[in-house]
Amino acid sequence: MKYLDEYRDHRIARALAAEIVQSTTRPWVLMEICGGQTHTIMRYGIDELLPRGIELVHGPGCPVCVTPLETVDKAIALALQPDVILVSYGDMLRVPGSRSDLFRAKAQGADVRIAYSPTEAVKIARSNPDRKVVFLAIGFETTAPANAMAAWQAKREGLTNFSMLVSHVLVPPAIRALMVSSTNRVQGFIAPGHVCTVVGCKEYEDLVRDFRVPIVVGGFEPVDILEAVLMLVRQLEAGEARLENQYVRSVSYQGNLPAQQIMDEVFEIADQKWRGIGPIPQSGLRLREEYAAFDADRVFDLGEMTVDEPAECISAQVLQGLKKPTDCPVFGMRCTPENPLGAPMVSTEGACAAYYHYRRHAVAS
Amino acid sequence: MSTKTIVELSCPTPLAAKDTILLGHGSGGKLSAELIRDVFLPAFQNPVLARLDDQAIVNVNGQRLAVTTDSFVVKPLFFPGGDIGSLAVHGTVNDLAMGGAMPLFLSAAFIIEEGFSIDELRRVVNSLHQAAAEAGVQVVTGDTKVVEKGKGDGLFINTTGIGLVPEGLDLSADRARPGDKVLLSGSIGDHGIAILAQREGLEFETQIKSDSAALYPLVGEMLGATREIRCMRDPTRGGVSSTLNEIAERSRVGIELEESSLPIHEQVRGACELLGLDPLYVANEGKLIAIVAPGAADAVLQAMRRHPLGAEAQMIGTVKKENPGLVTMRTPFGTTRIVDMLAGDQLPRIC
Repeated sequence: MKYLDEYRDHRIARALAAEIVQSTTRPWVLMEICGGQTHTIMRYGIDELLPRGIELVHGPGCPVCVTPLETVDKAIALALQPDVILVSYGDMLRVPGSRSDLFRAKAQGADVRIAYSPTEAVKIARSNPDRKVVFLAIGFETTAPANAMAAWQAKREGLTNFSMLVSHVLVPPAIRALMVSSTNRVQGFIAPGHVCTVVGCKEYEDLVRDFRVPIVVGGFEPVDILEAVLMLVRQLEAGEARLENQYVRSVSYQGNLPAQQIMDEVFEIADQKWRGIGPIPQSGLRLREEYAAFDADRVFDLGEMTVDEPAECISAQVLQGLKKPTDCPVFGMRCTPENPLGAPMVSTEGACAAYYHYRRHAVAS
Repeated sequence: MSTKTIVELSCPTPLAAKDTILLGHGSGGKLSAELIRDVFLPAFQNPVLARLDDQAIVNVNGQRLAVTTDSFVVKPLFFPGGDIGSLAVHGTVNDLAMGGAMPLFLSAAFIIEEGFSIDELRRVVNSLHQAAAEAGVQVVTGDTKVVEKGKGDGLFINTTGIGLVPEGLDLSADRARPGDKVLLSGSIGDHGIAILAQREGLEFETQIKSDSAALYPLVGEMLGATREIRCMRDPTRGGVSSTLNEIAERSRVGIELEESSLPIHEQVRGACELLGLDPLYVANEGKLIAIVAPGAADAVLQAMRRHPLGAEAQMIGTVKKENPGLVTMRTPFGTTRIVDMLAGDQLPRIC
């Protein structure tokens, strides 16, 4: 991983931090969208390197966190069917639904398997023709092409025992929802580099234009994040609102065209519920009609479920940057990563879990 | 006892009721600790067990005997750098060595699934024998059970070990004091990543090998340098993080690590990046952590580095008065973060 070292170099990081201090004359509220970026900020203490006036608030970009409770409940219900093999990304297994999680379903005898890539699920389907294999296809635009590829491959092979329980979310509609909210405080965004690697920058340019808000497409290492903050601060201080790309080593303007093609072939845009935030119009993906035979929601007739989040959870405010995780009265007390009451405490990339894992000492003292 | 990680839960309220065993109960993290606290300790309580070290130390006619037992359920059975046979020796003799005991005798019990290849069994047994011989212990008793096909996973092994603790030596996880130094005998994460890579069919430019090894010879060198060692632990399941959290909790002290001093091989670091894992939580089978009085730390470090098993030894941190029960880490950025204990197994992240 030598190529990463320069992006973790503390001398470069400190030099950037000093430049940020020099460039900042007023307070600014910036949001990093992606949970991976939140994780890096907490892990390396990037926010401690910034001047007091720069507030980083943590966006909704943790795919595990924003997957609705209903989807988790459906996955558990499917996994418990005797002829089903449920295949999932590893970190979904511990995510609590309304009553249980996939680990517990596994302990009750459900066949739940972890995959590193959705094509492994297709492989499992191929080698278990007498079982129904369901892949829990969640994530942002980053996982969508690979998930689409799995459905495409299954269709091409004519597999009849493979389906996907889809809960895909899209970043730009979430930013739009934040910006139109009357309580919005965010003045600049660090856009998620990996999402833009896939879909490119076009939609972010639209957001910059529509809301006159600076957006910098940023990477995930400490130096990336500091550089993105510096780019945002310079724009804000100069009264500008442009789209800039800090993550040039990965992101091109048009993105990955073959990945976009396969996404478009398999998925269509749909309304989507976000855990902790609620429904956002046109903010998700569902399988196209041509792929209905691979849609677990239709194959298994799961019906509609609605489940309410615990009322004490303030995740909606946390995910909009209105409150910090530590403002929550149950943070670290009745809400912990082992027993999360809400979305951002669920995965290590959720804002609350990141605070809990890396910053508890600072809260206590 | 062999479930190695004991901490008080940091969450003051009880977790939601759990009525079934989850895989996480065997991870060496918080769930394992909870199981020991709620199920095993109330049943077996006695002063020897209450120390909750990796080995029990009992007095028999003036001799201090160390006893420990461990079960091995590794999959795959054969992996780069070892197999279930050698691991069954190293795991148990290392638990003895961490109490400062010279390992002497082992028992070995085999639980075999119907249909298992006798040829493979022979390979495992030969490897176990060879590892025992190299560690200077004899397998003096054993047991064999066969379970129906589908009722086991090929082969499980349990080994129990007995060793002798030198007069006057008292190593325990509750003896760390502010000012003490934290020493680590070498690079971390090799075993866990070697197993994972083999299991998942991941390939890297150079093969990552398990570090599985018997640590007593290294311990002997260290004890030869000083008796000012407070505590030794081998960071197996749950990795360096779980072991240090346990020591911090038991000694009611804080432990502060220096991130830049952690020895991690490039290949392991790369694999961890790829899989979204943190090497601090990945298992080791041939490494030890020693908490040493400040005045003796350099001498112990030099002694460790003279031995092949400690060639890459590093001083990785300091015991502090602040933040009792917590492990923190100074990052190269001059900031500090918590190195938390995980609830269960570490899971690969989605992105």
